[in-house]
Amino acid sequence: MSELTGIYAIWERELRVFYREKSRIISSIISPLFWLIIFGSGLGSSVSISGTNYQVFIFPGIIVMSCLFTSMFYGVYVIWDKKLDFLKGVMVAPLKRSSIFFGKVLGGVTDALLQATILFILAPFFKVHLGWNLILIYIFLFVLVFGLVSLGLIFGSILESPEGFGLINSMVTFPLFFLSGALFPLSNLPSWLTIFTRIDPVTYGVDAIRYLMLGNGTFSLVLDMIFLLLFAAITSIIGTYCFKKMRI
Amino acid sequence: MVIETKNLKKKYDDLVAVRGINLKVKQGEIFGLLGPNGAGKTTTLMMLATLLEPTSGTALINGYDIRKQPDKVRRQIGMVFQDPSSDDILTGYENLRLHALMYDVEKSIRKKRINEVLRMVDIYDRKDELVRHYSGGMRRRLEIARGLLHHPKVLFLDEPTLGLDPSGRKQAWGYIEKLVQTEKITVIITTHYMEEADKLCDRIAIIDFGKVVAIDTPENLKKQIGGDIIKIKSDNVNVQGIKKLKFVMKLKQIDGFTQITLKNANEHLQEVLAIAGKVDSVEVHSPTLDDVFLHYAGREYREEGGEGGWADRAMTYQSRGR
Repeated sequence: MSELTGIYAIWERELRVFYREKSRIISSIISPLFWLIIFGSGLGSSVSISGTNYQVFIFPGIIVMSCLFTSMFYGVYVIWDKKLDFLKGVMVAPLKRSSIFFGKVLGGVTDALLQATILFILAPFFKVHLGWNLILIYIFLFVLVFGLVSLGLIFGSILESPEGFGLINSMVTFPLFFLSGALFPLSNLPSWLTIFTRIDPVTYGVDAIRYLMLGNGTFSLVLDMIFLLLFAAITSIIGTYCFKKMRI
Repeated sequence: MVIETKNLKKKYDDLVAVRGINLKVKQGEIFGLLGPNGAGKTTTLMMLATLLEPTSGTALINGYDIRKQPDKVRRQIGMVFQDPSSDDILTGYENLRLHALMYDVEKSIRKKRINEVLRMVDIYDRKDELVRHYSGGMRRRLEIARGLLHHPKVLFLDEPTLGLDPSGRKQAWGYIEKLVQTEKITVIITTHYMEEADKLCDRIAIIDFGKVVAIDTPENLKKQIGGDIIKIKSDNVNVQGIKKLKFVMKLKQIDGFTQITLKNANEHLQEVLAIAGKVDSVEVHSPTLDDVFLHYAGREYREEGGEGGWADRAMTYQSRGR
């Protein structure tokens, strides 16, 4: 039981910090709104994709984008925890390193899902109507975000400086975003690009959520889930290992 | 024995930080590791706290091996780091709650125990303020409270007063002494302040270049010097003449100083000075731990300004990128 209490303790701390740093919540909501309002209506005025208004078409993609950026960026807080020596105090407690890792992951997942929730509340303004599918959407988002937060934490545990993290993060996050099909449909792509979109785990998140919201998808939900679970499993195994080896 | 180290060693690529340390610490003692910066005190402490893997050797803490049973060891110890490790965006209470949960302090007594340690270090009144608004001394006390929260057998204090002003330091000593009495625990303290070791510790291990050069009570260590000390600053002292005096026990020359150990320095000062010749300055005192260090390490003890200690760090990382 003590490990579960420990995971809960780490999660609770992350949530308190998230709640106190209001700027984090606000800034993470602003940027997707810019995408939706400016990019979405700008391009949407002349483009529609298989009968769907462009702004509506990218709505699921922008939800995933918001989760992607928040989740990956979350890894930088591990570097701050190291710098502030907070992590030493956690490491000296009789908790398994894996519990510390999963507590952190759940903290990041909660942050990302709370932000997604705010966007869901705004969905009607963008003419997107969510029904009971929302439950499934949350399940898919949870698995996707679990993997992405783990990936961010892997970088955070290896790297020593926030600057280095920023660099690596943008080198990884932007390709993950652009290749995911968040902004364009995956059909009719040149074959070299198709290969890259297929190895991007975020693709399967966007695909599933777009299907659940708008009814058009490229793969089956089962296939999406299999890839997302695989991604989450691999990153969390590597992440746990990195936390065990982490220098503090 | 609560702690027993067995030839504990730590080697880095091109540096041997700890060269085989053997210590035995008794239940209820305040045991000091005294030495200059870089002597290996913190490295030793980090190994005992299972945060650093020893290169060879091991240690037992309350019977548990730091290498084979690190999880068990962590339950036995409380740790107060050199640098503040509380989260400054949480309140004092929330920091303690986090640690109470991590140590699985039973739910029924959790709140009571947190408030108890907060009162012990006199920050109960400000427990609901964010730690970033605490003074340096308060943060230190919060760390001490946190170290005690789960009733550890042993409390490690790494340079507990580094970066505090003299009054803050005296106050911290008062708290540490009080805690040892109320909690009845064993305390291992590292310090490079002679005065601190002298005032607080029941026994001291003097560490220099990763080795223990002496272990005893502060009184016994000082007694081993054997007499009083006259320290003369001069370029040209009549060493041979002074050595011939009957009451002179020992004479050492270091860095332009001549240190004479003798009985009843006050009585014999005139005689010594008459023979010494022209001197720049003279100092007479009963032995201090500085003299003990000089005696064992063979060089002057210097209190350097800290190794980018916790106060500096607190300034540097006052805010994070959140």
